[in-house]
Amino acid sequence: MELLRVENCRKSFDGEEILKGISLSVNEGEVVSVIGPSGSGKSTFLRCACMLETMDGGFLAYAGKFAAKEENGKVVYAPHVELKEIRKTYGLVFQNFNLFPHYTVLKNVVEPQMIAGKTREEAEKKALECLEKLGLSDKAKNYPCQLSGGQQQRVSIARALALEPKVLFFDEPTSALDPELTGEVLKVIRDLAALHMTMIIVTHEMNFAREVSDRMIFMENGVIRAEGKPDDLFNSDDERLKSFMGKLSGN
Amino acid sequence: MSLDVIFLKLMSGMGVTVSIFLLTLLFSIPLGLPITLARMSKNKVLSALSGIYISVMRGTPLMLQIIVIYFLPFYGFGINVTAGYRFIAVIIAFSLNYAAYFAEIYRSGIQSIPRGQYEAALILGYSNTQTFIRIVMPQMFKRVLPAMTNEIITLVKDTSLSFAIATAEMFTMAKQIAAKEASLMPLMAAGVFYYIFNFIVAIICKKVEKHFDYYKI
Repeated sequence: MELLRVENCRKSFDGEEILKGISLSVNEGEVVSVIGPSGSGKSTFLRCACMLETMDGGFLAYAGKFAAKEENGKVVYAPHVELKEIRKTYGLVFQNFNLFPHYTVLKNVVEPQMIAGKTREEAEKKALECLEKLGLSDKAKNYPCQLSGGQQQRVSIARALALEPKVLFFDEPTSALDPELTGEVLKVIRDLAALHMTMIIVTHEMNFAREVSDRMIFMENGVIRAEGKPDDLFNSDDERLKSFMGKLSGN
Repeated sequence: MSLDVIFLKLMSGMGVTVSIFLLTLLFSIPLGLPITLARMSKNKVLSALSGIYISVMRGTPLMLQIIVIYFLPFYGFGINVTAGYRFIAVIIAFSLNYAAYFAEIYRSGIQSIPRGQYEAALILGYSNTQTFIRIVMPQMFKRVLPAMTNEIITLVKDTSLSFAIATAEMFTMAKQIAAKEASLMPLMAAGVFYYIFNFIVAIICKKVEKHFDYYKI
C-alpha cells in the first residue's frame, strides 16, 4: 500500500529555487534514505512532505488522501480538518530533538497522546511501553536537560512512536550528536527497520543508510540525481555519486 | 512628633503602598497577555491598536496617566466621583501602565521560544491554542522572570507617584509629616521602608526564579 506520494514538489526561498520538482512514492514497510550534500534541498523536501513548509508547486498525498494539489498554477491544501487527520498519519524526528523542556520525559510522551484523545491511563501505559522499548524506563521522571543528546533523541523517537504513525520521518537524527552517541540512536532506527516501520530518513550516515534502507535517494541542487537500491548507488559509475559516497563513507 | 509616631503613621501608609503594589500586579500581569497577543496578531488593526496603546503608555509619564484617569470622569463626562475613586483610579492607572510594559516583556519572551517547539507541537497534533497555552506560555514565563523582577522592583518605587492625587500611601504621608515637622526624618524613614520592601520583593523573585530551575531551556 502506498503511504506517501509526492509529485513534482517545488519550493523557492527568496526567489532561489531549492526544490526543482521532486517526486517520491513510499510503500508500507519501506525504508527510504535521502542523502546528498548540504544545501541539496533534502531537509527542505522533508519539511515540505511534513507540511512544515508549504510547497510552491506539486502534489502531496498520505495513504491515498490528498493533502495538497496544484490548481491553476497554485498549490491548494486540503481543508484544515482533513489536514489534522492527515497529520496523524506521520511522525517526525527532528535533528535537534525539539523535546518540550518544561515537561518530564514521561509527560513529553503522554501529553501528545492525550491531545489525540486518549485517556491518561491509556496514554501513560503506551508511553511507558515505548520508553521501555527504547531503554529509557529509568528516565521517565527526568527532564530533557538532564539527559544526554542520544537519550533525548530516543525520547523524541518514543514520543513520535507513541502516536502510532504509519510513516516516520527522520531529519538528520544524528547530526546534533557526537559520534559516541550516534550509535545508540542508529541502533533504535535499525530496530524499527527490522520491525518494518515505514521510514524516510534524511541522513549523512552513509554506511548506516546503506545497511538500513530498501531504497536510497541521492539529491543534489534540488533534484533527485540518483535513486535505487543502496548497492546500486554505491556501485554506480556516476563520478559525482562515487566521489560523494566515497568521501562520506570514509573509504 | 516622636519617632515612633512617625513610624506608626508611615506604617499605615505602607498598607496602602502594599495594596497598590499587589493589586497592580494582580491585574497587570494577566492583562499584559491579551495586549501582547493583540500586538503579535496577524490582524493588522488589532496589532496597530495594541502598538499605539503600548507606545502611549510607555511614552507618557505615569503620573500624568494617574491624574488623567482620576479627573477624566469629572472633566470628561461630568460625573462626580466618590472619595473611594481616588484609590481605584490609582489601581487602574498603574495596571494599565504596567500591563503595557509586561506585554512588551512577554513579547520578547514569546519571540525567544525556538521555532522547533512550534513545529514539534504542530507535528504532534497540538492546535494553535494548545501550543500557546501548554508549550509556549510556561516557557515564556521562565524566560521573562529576570525582566519581570526588574519591572516589579520599579513598581514598588513607582507607587510613590500616586501622591500626585494625594492617595494616602506612604510617600504622601512622609511628605506631609516632613512639611509639618520641617524635618527630613520622615522621608528618610520612608526611604528605609521602600528599601526593605524591595529587599523582600527581590528575595521572593529570586525564590520564584529558583523554583523554575528544575528545567533548562
